Amino acid sequence: MTIELHRHLPVETLPVEILPADPVRMPLSSRSPVSGAAGSDPSGDTGSARRRAVTDRLSDIARQPLLPASVIIVAVVIGWALVPQLFTSYGPYDGDPASSFLPPSAEHWFGTDRLGRDLFSRTVYGARTTLMATLLAVVIAFVIGTVVGLLAGFAGGFADTAIMRVVDVFLAIPSLLLAMVVVSVLGYSTQNIALAVGISSFAAFARVMRSEVLVVISSDYVKAAYGLGVRRPAVVLRHVVPNSLNSVLALAALEVGTAVLAVASLGFLGYGAPPPEPEWGLLVAEGRDFVAVHPWISIMPGVALALVVIATHRISASLRKDRRR
Amino acid sequence: MSTTDTREDVATPPGTADPLLRISDLAVDYRVKHRGWSPAVRGVDLTVEPGELVSLVGESGSGKTTLIHGALGLLPTNALVRRGTIAFSGVDVTGWNDKRMSLVRGNYVGYIPQDPNTSLNPVKRIGQQVIEAVRFNEPRADRTGRRAAAHRAAALESLQTAGLTNVERVFDQYPHELSGGMKQRALIAIALAGQPRIIVADEPTSALDVTVQRRILDHLVRLREDLGLGILLVTHNLDVALDRSDRILVMQEGLIVEEGPVRTVLEHAKSPYTRRLLAAAPGRRGRLEPTSGRRAAPDETPERPTPNVLEARGLSKTYRLRGPGRHGLAALDGVDLDLREGTTHAIVGESGAGKSTLASILVGFTTADQGIVRLGGRDLTTVDRRQLREIRRDLQFVFQNPFTSLDPRFTVSRLIAEPLKAFGLVTDPARRTERVVELLAAVALDASYLERLPSQLSGGQRQRVAIARALALQPRILVLDEAVSALDVSVQAQILQLLVDLQAAYGLSYLFVTHDLGVVRLIADHVTVMKDGVVVESGSVDRVLTAPAHDYTRELLAAIPGSDPTPTSSRHDQRRTG
Repeated sequence: MTIELHRHLPVETLPVEILPADPVRMPLSSRSPVSGAAGSDPSGDTGSARRRAVTDRLSDIARQPLLPASVIIVAVVIGWALVPQLFTSYGPYDGDPASSFLPPSAEHWFGTDRLGRDLFSRTVYGARTTLMATLLAVVIAFVIGTVVGLLAGFAGGFADTAIMRVVDVFLAIPSLLLAMVVVSVLGYSTQNIALAVGISSFAAFARVMRSEVLVVISSDYVKAAYGLGVRRPAVVLRHVVPNSLNSVLALAALEVGTAVLAVASLGFLGYGAPPPEPEWGLLVAEGRDFVAVHPWISIMPGVALALVVIATHRISASLRKDRRR
Repeated sequence: MSTTDTREDVATPPGTADPLLRISDLAVDYRVKHRGWSPAVRGVDLTVEPGELVSLVGESGSGKTTLIHGALGLLPTNALVRRGTIAFSGVDVTGWNDKRMSLVRGNYVGYIPQDPNTSLNPVKRIGQQVIEAVRFNEPRADRTGRRAAAHRAAALESLQTAGLTNVERVFDQYPHELSGGMKQRALIAIALAGQPRIIVADEPTSALDVTVQRRILDHLVRLREDLGLGILLVTHNLDVALDRSDRILVMQEGLIVEEGPVRTVLEHAKSPYTRRLLAAAPGRRGRLEPTSGRRAAPDETPERPTPNVLEARGLSKTYRLRGPGRHGLAALDGVDLDLREGTTHAIVGESGAGKSTLASILVGFTTADQGIVRLGGRDLTTVDRRQLREIRRDLQFVFQNPFTSLDPRFTVSRLIAEPLKAFGLVTDPARRTERVVELLAAVALDASYLERLPSQLSGGQRQRVAIARALALQPRILVLDEAVSALDVSVQAQILQLLVDLQAAYGLSYLFVTHDLGVVRLIADHVTVMKDGVVVESGSVDRVLTAPAHDYTRELLAAIPGSDPTPTSSRHDQRRTG
């Protein structure tokens, strides 16, 4: 059969009109971006290689300008929680009636409250309560979620369906509401807040863990382990769990920010530590009555809280991006 | 450029006009994070004349895909064209930006991508995807006047040219409704839609079955002859290249190490690498002999056959398909199999033949609906999990893909020690390491690999580790499911040699599942040919491969690349003289 498909395009129909107008076309090599620095050798001499490595790192930072700032913020706040006395000379409970309601100044960075207590000092000391509760909450959510997800993914069938429907119920209830119910049942305290926030956020961990487990148990290397005569518990502990945890750990980093916010919210509502404890949510709540006249009492701890949440989210996002690469 | 009006000169002998594609001294580097640049293509010259089929052969990592992506302006952003020029019919396109290159791609050069299963848009009908290619590539002058009907007609014509029958139906189908071969033809139709003068095909058949591969390649050759196209065929399979092309370029580590007409390369290969590739190609060798000397397997006689170590009788397996109106899919239907002691039994078939299902039933990963599997007097289909675990000491499995069958977090020593620990065989850690080193030595790796992770090993090394792990329990039988299919030919040859040597040393029996009859010839004693879950033919390799009793076996044999005794040379001569 002859095919009439080909009425060949003449070469002139190639877009010649957009060829560069200048008669002397530069050879490609002289236009390549690194040839000026490295010559024809791709690896380059050591000096320019080092220069390029530095440039690379700088450009990485330029692409994620908030990352170093986020790391610094989180590091400082962890410092507050560990050794608060290094960061402030005032005690968190030391009131001075003569200096109440002072606005932020060189003397009192965050200003003072109704009783003349230094707000910066209370924020620094409060970091420990808030961060401990957050950490505990995330650990609880991580452990419960991982175990539940592992069971569901590994058991499969009816057990999987049953477990995951319960998890769906937990996902359906707004987590703050759920946490409030749990604290109401257990009693008001910072530990119970941590427990409540943990319970109300385990569902996300369970979902991620289950889907990772499903991928891993259908992989060849798990099949191979069975084929080699490895017993079930050993397969789960040595192959399934370690290979499933990656994504769950990235989620944990993300959950830290959310948990800080949840812990502070419950503190703000009065479910947590009683006054005069310097818990961040409570600090914000204490300034509530004076917002119109002395706004810094609520704003300064609130800004600290917001910065920590944003910073942890930023770090978690860059962790996930690194994993994808 | 005014001298290169090639409208009428398709038949012009090469040399008087500019070639369709000329790549001169092209070098491409990839950016390696924080460590500068690593060269992938290091100065390559290549030309394709009208009506010429040029093959670019190389193993994975040789830079062949980078080279053609460079020629088409499809390089990723982390690649850098360091030097060299690319010209299509004398028009220098070096350094053109994407927008200008898109006027060349499709119109002038058609590209056929590697994997038909991932290269079509799954949510668009085939027809729409071809029409897209027709519309984007029509000459600017025509662009206003043409109507949808004309586009449709052009798309249908293109599908027909690509060798599809019943094009009206295919036009309205989605990719998932087509077989792999049909999808590849649809991709060829898309490549032809812009009425290109040169086709660049990147491993167009490596994801397809041999018989389909043969038909697709036959069609490409016919297109070249009918339309006077130039074809640049990129392949890792030297036999495919030798069968079909006019000229061959062999690429290794970013350089062309061999170039010439097929016959010259075949008979007087200059580069040692080409000679090694030729030697490794399974199509042109006989049975592998162990390096140690004679085979350990006893010569069998009709009166006194060697005893079976594994036998299967009447195995059937039906998969239930979901969805309304669907019934079961019979993956296996009454399959019998005998594996004799110290021999290799190959199971051959194309995708969907049920050979992987059979293998996984034989080792107890899957249960059969009917039938029995006997291993040393015990029926494998009735044992419970604990007994199966004991049986596993005699029966080990090697997976197809060494990139997924090793836990990425385990070091080599932990991987190989795992079965030893699981059965509590060697409890003393120092002795265990000793045993692991022994096993590594058996697969020709040394102790320096002990602490490496799978990601730090090449494909061949990984498969060696997987084999060492399977040998750790000193099994009598190894079931190898496509164990060399994911490897480059030269690595494949090494692993096959290793298997033959291990068989001689330990008296192992192999059940070797493969789609490649060429490999069967190299290592098997007996062969079972399967199609659609049924055994088509079974017998000794000598008998089945030389005097096949069944048409399907004959078809398979004819489709092996390199099986045709006088391939391109005669066709080539006719074309040149005629």
